[in-house]
Amino acid sequence: MTYLGWLFTGENWTGPDGILVRLAEHLGYTALTMLIAMAIALPLGAWIGHTGRGGVIVVGLANALRALPTLGLLVLLFLLVGLGLLGPLIALVIIAVPPLLAGTYAGVRNVDPAVVDAARGMGMRGPEVLWKVELPNALPLIVGGVRSATLQVISTATVAAYVGIGGLGRFIIDGLGQRDFGAMIGGSILVAALAVVADLVLGGLQRLIVSPGLQQRAGPKRPPLRLVRGGEASAA
Amino acid sequence: MDWVFHNSALVLELTREHLVLSLVPVLIGLLLAIPLGWLANRRPWSRTLTLNAAGFLYTLPSLALFVFLPPIIGTRILDPVNVIVALTVYVLALLVRTVADGLSAVPHRIVDSATAMGYRPVRRFLAVELPMAIPVITAGLRVAAVSAISLVTVGSVIGFGGLGKMFTEGFQREIPQQTIAGIVLVLLLALVVDGLLVLLGRLLTPWERVQHRRSRTGAGR
Repeated sequence: MTYLGWLFTGENWTGPDGILVRLAEHLGYTALTMLIAMAIALPLGAWIGHTGRGGVIVVGLANALRALPTLGLLVLLFLLVGLGLLGPLIALVIIAVPPLLAGTYAGVRNVDPAVVDAARGMGMRGPEVLWKVELPNALPLIVGGVRSATLQVISTATVAAYVGIGGLGRFIIDGLGQRDFGAMIGGSILVAALAVVADLVLGGLQRLIVSPGLQQRAGPKRPPLRLVRGGEASAA
Repeated sequence: MDWVFHNSALVLELTREHLVLSLVPVLIGLLLAIPLGWLANRRPWSRTLTLNAAGFLYTLPSLALFVFLPPIIGTRILDPVNVIVALTVYVLALLVRTVADGLSAVPHRIVDSATAMGYRPVRRFLAVELPMAIPVITAGLRVAAVSAISLVTVGSVIGFGGLGKMFTEGFQREIPQQTIAGIVLVLLLALVVDGLLVLLGRLLTPWERVQHRRSRTGAGR
C-alpha cells in the first residue's frame, strides 16, 4: 500500500486544487443538485401519491433510470450545453429526480388507508391530510429516496470530472493523465469515504425526524390490555 | 442512427465486449449470493452482518471502486479484471439481500412437507427452497443486470472497453451522434437482457402459471 502516501502528504490537502477545496466543491455540487431535485420531486411525488394519478409513470421512470448510462448523459449534455457547470448540473438533477420521486410517491401511496380515513373522519381536509398524516407517515420512504439519490449524485459527480468540473473526481481523472496512481487511489478512497459518511449522516437524520412509532424502536413495549375474569381491564 | 450503420463492425465488437464485462459479474455474483443469502438466513447475527456488509459495499461509488480495487486484489490498475471484480461486488451486494428475502419467504409448511417426505437439507435447499425463491431472485437479478450494463460504461473514463468507449470517443471528437447512439445501444441492451431474464424466470417456474390460471378460473383448492 505504498499508494497511501499521497493521502498523508500535507501539501496535497491545501492549496487552490488541494483535497479540501475539491471536497468542498464535491459537497457543493451535491447539495445544489439535491436542493433543485428535491424542489422538483418532493411536491410532484407527494401530489402523485396523494391523487394516485401517474403512478405507473413514476415507477417506470425510476426503473428506466437504472439503465441510463450516466457517462453518456454527461457527455451528451456537455456537447449540447458546452463547458461549465450547467451541463453536469442538469445531468445530476436528471439522475436525482427519479429515486426522489419514486420514494415520495411510494411513501404517500403506501400510507395505511385506514389511517387516512380516520383523519378524514376527524374532519381533516385534503391539504391537512397530506401535511399532518400522509407526509409524516411517508417519511421513512421519502428519506430512503433522498439517501439513494444522494449516493447516486456523489457517485456521478465524480464521473463528471471527466467533462471538466471540479470535485474529488479530478484526482482520478488528472491522476490518470499524469500517471499519478497515488492521487487516483487517494481520490477514490476519499470519494468512497464521502459516500459512506453522507449515508451515515442521512441515516442519523432519518432516526431524528421519523416518528418513533414508525421505526419499531418506540421504547419498551407496553403490555397489551387483557380482560380478566370479572370484566375489569388490567395490564398483564 | 446513420453513425451505427457506418461503424457496424466497431459497434458489434464494443457490444460483445460490453456484454462480457457486464454479464460475467452478474453470473459470478449470483453464484456467490446464493450460499451467502442462505447463510444470512441461518441466524439473526449472520443476517445483520451479511446485510450490513452488503449495504456498505453498495454505497461505494463505482468509479472509486474501479480505481482502488487493484492495490487490494493485486492487479494492474487498468486490468479489465478490475471491472469484473468491482461489478461482481455490486451484484453480490444487491443479490445477497434478494436471495435472503426470497428464501425466507418460502412458506414453512412447504419446507416441512419436504422434510417429511425425506428430503435431506442440501437436497431440500436445491430442489425445494431455491426453486420456490426464483420469482423473488429473478426480480433482484433484473435490477442487478440492468445496473451492471449501465455501470460498465463508467469504466471507460479510465480506459476500459465496452460501449462506454462511444461516450469517450464522442466526447474527444465532439460527435453527439456517437454519444446518442451509445446511450440508445446501452438502453436497448438493458431492455433485451431484462426481457430475457423475465422469460427465463417464467420458464424455470412453470408452477406459477398453473397457480395463476387456477386462481383466475376459481378451480382447484
